[in-house]
Amino acid sequence: MSTASITVSNPSSDRRPLVETLHQWVTTVDHKRLGILYILYALLFLIFGGIEATIMRIQLIRPHNNFVSPEVFNRMFTMHGTTMIFFVAMPLVFGFANYLLPLMIGARDMAFPRLNAFSFWLSAFGGFLLYFSFLGGNGLYGAGNAPDVGWFAYAPLTSQTFSLGHSTDFWVLALLVSGIGSMGTGANIIATVLCMRCPGMTLGKMPLFAWLNITMGGMVLLVISPLTAAQLMLLVDRYLGGHFFDAQAGGSAVLWMHFFWIFGHPEVYVLAIPAFSFVSEIVPVFSRKAIFGYPVMVAATVAIGFISMSVWAHHMFTVGMTAAGNIFFVFSTMAIAVPTGIKIFNWLATMWGGKIQFKTPMLFCTAFLFQFLIAGLTGIMLSAAPFDWQLSGSYFVVAHFHYVIVGGILFSIFGAFYYWFPKMSGRMYNESLGKLHFWLFAIGFHLTFDFMHIPGLLGMPRRIYTYEPGRGWDIYNLIVTIGVAFQAAGTLVFIGNLLWSKWRGRAAGSDPWDAWTLEWSTASPPPSYNFAVVPEVKSRRPLWDLKHPEDPDWHYE
Amino acid sequence: MGTIKTAAMILCIAAAAWANPASQPLSPTNIFAPASTPADMISRLSSLVLTVTGLIFLIVFSLILWAVVKFREKARSGPGEPAQIYGSTQVELAWTVIPILIVVVLLLATVRAIANIQNAVAPPSAVEVTVIGHQYWWEYRYPGSNVVTANELHVPVSDPSHPTPTFLKLLSADTDHSFWVPRLAGKTDLIPNHPNSTWIDPHETGLYLGQCSQYCGVQHAKMLLRVYVDTREQFDQWIDHQKRPAVARDGAIEGRRTFESTACVNCHTVSGTAAAGKFGPDLTHLMSRDTIGAGIVPNTRANLRRWIQDPGAFKPGCLMPAMGLSDSQLDSITAYMETLH
Repeated sequence: MSTASITVSNPSSDRRPLVETLHQWVTTVDHKRLGILYILYALLFLIFGGIEATIMRIQLIRPHNNFVSPEVFNRMFTMHGTTMIFFVAMPLVFGFANYLLPLMIGARDMAFPRLNAFSFWLSAFGGFLLYFSFLGGNGLYGAGNAPDVGWFAYAPLTSQTFSLGHSTDFWVLALLVSGIGSMGTGANIIATVLCMRCPGMTLGKMPLFAWLNITMGGMVLLVISPLTAAQLMLLVDRYLGGHFFDAQAGGSAVLWMHFFWIFGHPEVYVLAIPAFSFVSEIVPVFSRKAIFGYPVMVAATVAIGFISMSVWAHHMFTVGMTAAGNIFFVFSTMAIAVPTGIKIFNWLATMWGGKIQFKTPMLFCTAFLFQFLIAGLTGIMLSAAPFDWQLSGSYFVVAHFHYVIVGGILFSIFGAFYYWFPKMSGRMYNESLGKLHFWLFAIGFHLTFDFMHIPGLLGMPRRIYTYEPGRGWDIYNLIVTIGVAFQAAGTLVFIGNLLWSKWRGRAAGSDPWDAWTLEWSTASPPPSYNFAVVPEVKSRRPLWDLKHPEDPDWHYE
Repeated sequence: MGTIKTAAMILCIAAAAWANPASQPLSPTNIFAPASTPADMISRLSSLVLTVTGLIFLIVFSLILWAVVKFREKARSGPGEPAQIYGSTQVELAWTVIPILIVVVLLLATVRAIANIQNAVAPPSAVEVTVIGHQYWWEYRYPGSNVVTANELHVPVSDPSHPTPTFLKLLSADTDHSFWVPRLAGKTDLIPNHPNSTWIDPHETGLYLGQCSQYCGVQHAKMLLRVYVDTREQFDQWIDHQKRPAVARDGAIEGRRTFESTACVNCHTVSGTAAAGKFGPDLTHLMSRDTIGAGIVPNTRANLRRWIQDPGAFKPGCLMPAMGLSDSQLDSITAYMETLH
């Protein structure tokens, strides 16, 4: 273990003209700067997606409300879903992976720094292209502006017959472009983890973070390609007279569903596995214990990666598959609950017998455990195909996947923000504001998404711009909308905390959490070369070995 | 923790929705108030799944809660790190094998429900109806009796001793739709060029509500479903009545002339007259229906007149255009419509 010999160099930030600084950011190939660009870009789109959600919830606050027209409402849910998945969640997990992977495996950069920059700018361009549709979507037909076909854009609603103008084209092109960027990043992550690890770091001694992210990278490569292919086919249908999805000419609307969901379901795990990786780093450090069952965690992750490729048609239980087809997808979907359960139990076992410090990152991760448990259990309900025949396409499903994406993934990302903010900025965040953010957001989350399950059980379909009174849905919709105010307030506190702490927070030092992985052995923020001397490791927790020379991990691993 | 309390709340309320009988309806579209065999089978499977997942929740939730309370760092815990435990094969095996067993139980129960519902064969006494989804309304065809109607489906009640289930063939004329009447059955999609089917056998007469549950365009929200479950006699009478062509009545000649000389006839059918359009709802027995606009407003004279004047006033984005009719034309066409019993 050579961490002790690293000379911590802290280049003083000399004042440069703004243009020069901006130029450096635009032309950078440094994984840390690209990571931060990804994250800032995602935060910008988080605000857009949040505004769209708020507009929908105001419209649904009472039956027969007239806050927005049906056309606007349909654009809002399409843009909200597309934005949050492709331009918030994906860039956030890519941003953290970019920033942290080389630091955690003792490397000086990603394997392909230029590909990294190229991928980021493609993704960024995709997002801006999507939002340009608000201006350019009218096209020559004077119809539509932003896309309004729903985020999974079922055929044949996307055909020229039903989608005039260019709004659907913007949706197609934005995902095509950002998808190519995502594949670049996926390949880069795989290559980095496989080829850039520091001496001594065998695959079995990588932090779990690296294992989970290489799984994510592999999945990105496999699942974004069918989505990209489907987008090209849709363009052929729309402009070159193709009939892939054109039911009137013998094409198949169901074909699009298969293409979309063979991407769409693994995509959930593309986002969830990095979320698991944050939790797998944060929970041990704040419980002051090594992760419980490292090999099982690795196996469970890889198992989830594989099984998740075979569950896609559980999104299609209502499209009229044969009983045998339905049963297969019930089986594969229920099977994935097993490795997912194993992960929850291992995090719990890591906390068990520890000395848990409930700092803000740990608060978010604990809430993650509760919420991901519930999200998993509602997932089991949905996996029972007949139950799904009632719940599919209802608000129960909307509540379920927001439990996964907000209650699971976003909570863990917030935890990651607070945990690594000191490393990225060199400053501590404000703990009181962090806790205020947590409680506001947790209360808002539960008001919104707990109560959203119920109208689904009472027959309320999703994607309706208004609803009939007398169905027993009114009170729940009111509560759901009230929760949004708390979540918005929490998000403002979060952004305020980041901004305030960036300039006013106290210096963090290199290792504020007394943590164990390599990123905490270098300065905060790390110098551009990361490590003056490339470290050498003997165990999964090199800094533990350094701090406890009498009882190092490599005695046990 | 407030999060814990609210998180637990969902299951309690779900349980309440589930336990609440249909007599004091929480909602006319409650999936836990089944009135037909498929919905009933689903409700039973759902109860099993909810019970199992509820128990898992209680156990794991308590464990997490215990860890949070018991193992939080306290001032008296003293310095130094806790014992480092790297794993345990026995424990890992336990929480792998137990979930597998639970999954097997749930899988078997699910397979049985799927087979019972999906593989049901229509008995000779079954009524057959073809449902055709249109952007934003429902067309119903009764192939056995040449009846065509729209938006309000009539089916006979099914006595378990002499079952008369209704088998629905599901087609789409344009985009994807989904047929969902929660108290009668789970939903099945209507997809162009991909015929589907489903079945219901309502045990009680009455009106059952639902709506389209697959996004189909601008007015997806106002594509409501109304299923009237009649006694066998009422149903036979209804069929007899719907079979007849429209009866010409005095006092509506002018309205009929206006109707037949405008573009109305390109989309609407009034059987026995020149109007034979197929794009919009069949109007032959319009006045036998309680609602217009796919269930969105009661079928009253005022609503009918306003609808004919400008359908977008009720349903912005619906495909029927405002025809720019004069007040007198509107009055006469409304009067004509009112004769279509």
